Amino acid sequence: MPVATFALCALAIWEAYARTSGIAPQVLPAPSRVLREGWAFRELIGTHAVPTLQASFLGFTLSMVVATVLAVVMDFSRRVRAALYPALVASQTIPIIALAPLMVIWFGFGLGPKVAVVALVTFFPITVGWVDGFKSTEAGAVQLLRSMGAGSWQVFCKVRLPSALPSFFSGLRIAIVYAVVGAIFAEYVGARYGLGIFMQLQKNSFRTDLVLAAMFVTATISIVLFLSTYLVERLVIPWHFAARRLTDR
Amino acid sequence: MRVIEVRGLRKSFRVGAEPLPVLAGVDLAAGRGEFVSLIGPSGCGKSTLFNVLVGLEPLDAGEVRLNGEAAPGKRELFAYMPQQDLLFPWRRVIDNITLGLEVQGMSRRRARERVRPLLPTFGLEGFEHAYPFELSGGMRQRAALLRTVVQERPVLLLDEPFGALDSLTRTTMQRWLEQLWERFRWTALLITHDVREAIFLSDRVYVLSPRPAHVRAWLEVPIPRPRALAVMATPPFLEIERQVRALLDQGAVGPRENDRDADEWEPVSAGDGPGEDARHG
Ligand SMILES: Nc1ncnc2c1ncn2[C@@H]1O[C@H](COP(=O)(O)OP(=O)(O)OP(=O)(O)O)[C@@H](O)[C@H]1O
Ligand SMILES: [Mg+2]
Repeated sequence: MPVATFALCALAIWEAYARTSGIAPQVLPAPSRVLREGWAFRELIGTHAVPTLQASFLGFTLSMVVATVLAVVMDFSRRVRAALYPALVASQTIPIIALAPLMVIWFGFGLGPKVAVVALVTFFPITVGWVDGFKSTEAGAVQLLRSMGAGSWQVFCKVRLPSALPSFFSGLRIAIVYAVVGAIFAEYVGARYGLGIFMQLQKNSFRTDLVLAAMFVTATISIVLFLSTYLVERLVIPWHFAARRLTDR
Repeated sequence: MRVIEVRGLRKSFRVGAEPLPVLAGVDLAAGRGEFVSLIGPSGCGKSTLFNVLVGLEPLDAGEVRLNGEAAPGKRELFAYMPQQDLLFPWRRVIDNITLGLEVQGMSRRRARERVRPLLPTFGLEGFEHAYPFELSGGMRQRAALLRTVVQERPVLLLDEPFGALDSLTRTTMQRWLEQLWERFRWTALLITHDVREAIFLSDRVYVLSPRPAHVRAWLEVPIPRPRALAVMATPPFLEIERQVRALLDQGAVGPRENDRDADEWEPVSAGDGPGEDARHG
C-alpha cells in the first residue's frame, strides 16, 4: 500500500527530527509522544468527541433534508430555481469565520449553533450534486416515459431521481468531510464540550501533543465517514457500481 | 379498416431565427394488423414524425386519425420504441420491460408476472435479473421491443430498432421479428434505412423524400408470409427493391437544400438503383 509507506516515512522523518534537533515538545512533539499522550487522555478526548459527532451528524442530516427538498423543488419549478439558486450561491460567500462567533453570541454555547454551522457548510455540495444530477438526465429517457403516458411526478421518480443519484453521492462525499471540519470550527470559537474547544484549550496550555492527538482523531473520523459513503452508495445504487467496474478498466 | 391515418402532417422547428421545415405534408395509413415501413434518407424527419404522433412535439398542421376518429398526438394509442434503446441502467432487464405497465399504474409484481411468459420468445430468459449493460446489442433491442409491445397499445412505432446492430445480428433479428409478427399481428410502423429490411418485414413501404419529408410513393409488398430470408433473392422481392431504390435515389442526387421539386417522380421506369447504401444523401 503506497499510502501506508508514504505515511510511515513521513512519521519516521518527523520522529527523527523531533528527537535530534532539540526542538521543544511544546512546539513540535514527536509522533510517539502524540500517540502516548493521546492514549493517556483517551477518555477525555472521547468525551469531547461525542458532541462533535453529534453536531456533525445532526447538521449533516439537517442539511441533507433541506438540500434535497430545495433541489427537488428547484427541479420542478424553473421559477423557484431562478429565484433560489443565486441565493444559495450567495449563502456560500458568507465567511463562516465571521459568522460562527456571532452564532455563539446569538444562540449560546449549546449544540444549536454548531448544527447550524455544519448545515451551512454542507448543504451546498449536496444541493449542487442533486441539481447537476437532475440536469444529467437523458432527454430521450424522459421522452420515452412521456410517450408511455407518464406525468411529471412519474418522470421524476422513474428517471430524474435515479439519474441524479451518482452525482448526489459525489456531493455527499464532499459534504461529509466538511461536516466534521465545520463542527470543529464552530466549537473552536466557543463551546463547553467538543474536539474543537478541546484543541483550543490544549493549545492555550501549550499541550501541542494533545492538539495533534485530537487532530488525528478528527482526521480518522472524517476518513471513516468519507469511505462509508462508498458503502452506502454501493447499497443504494448497485447498478452504478456494477457498470463502473466495467468502464474503469 | 384503417387503424391509423395521417393526413397532411406538417412540422417546422425553429433553428435560430430561421424556421426549419422538417415534415412537409406527410400522408400515410396502416390497417389493422398491417406492418408498414417508412424509409427515407437520414435526417429527413422520420423520428420527428414519430415524436409528433406520440405527442412529444406539437404539430403545425395536419391530422392523425385513429379508427376513423381524430386523435392528435394521443399517447395511449401508440407504443413507441425510440431510436436508442434507452434501457435504464438502474433497472434490471425485467423491470425495464415492465416500465410502461408500471407507468400505467400496474404494480411491479403483477407487471412482472405478465411479462415473464414472454421472455423466452424474446430470447431473454435467464437474463431477467441482469442489468442492461450485461446484455448484447441484440438482446438490448429485444428487451426494448418487449418493453414496447407489452404496453398493448393499438399501434407500435418502431424507430430503427436494428439500426445500431451489426449486419449478422440484424439479419437474425429481422427474421425473428417477422416470425414474431406472424404470431402477434401487431399494427406497426417501422422506420428504417435498410431497403431490404423494409420490404422483408412489411406489407407496405412508404418512401420518404429528403428533408422536408413528404411521402414520395408507397408500394405494396405482395409477398406471401411466412417469409424466409430466401425471399430476398426472388424476382418479386428484387423488383420491389429496385423500385424503392429508384425512388430513394431521386433524393440522393444533388445537395439536400434544393430538392423541393420532388413531385415529378416516375416510379418504375427509373433505371436500376445502383447505390447499395441509400443512407447517405
Ligand atoms: N428538437 C429539434 N429542434 C430542432 N431541430 C430538430 C429537432 N429535432 C430534429 N430536428 C431536425 O430535424 C431534422 C430531422 O430530424 P429527425 O431526427 O427526424 O431525422 P431522421 O429522419 O430520424 O434521421 P435519422 O434517420 O438519421 O434518424 C434534422 O435536421 C434535425 O436536425
Ligand atoms: Mg431518426
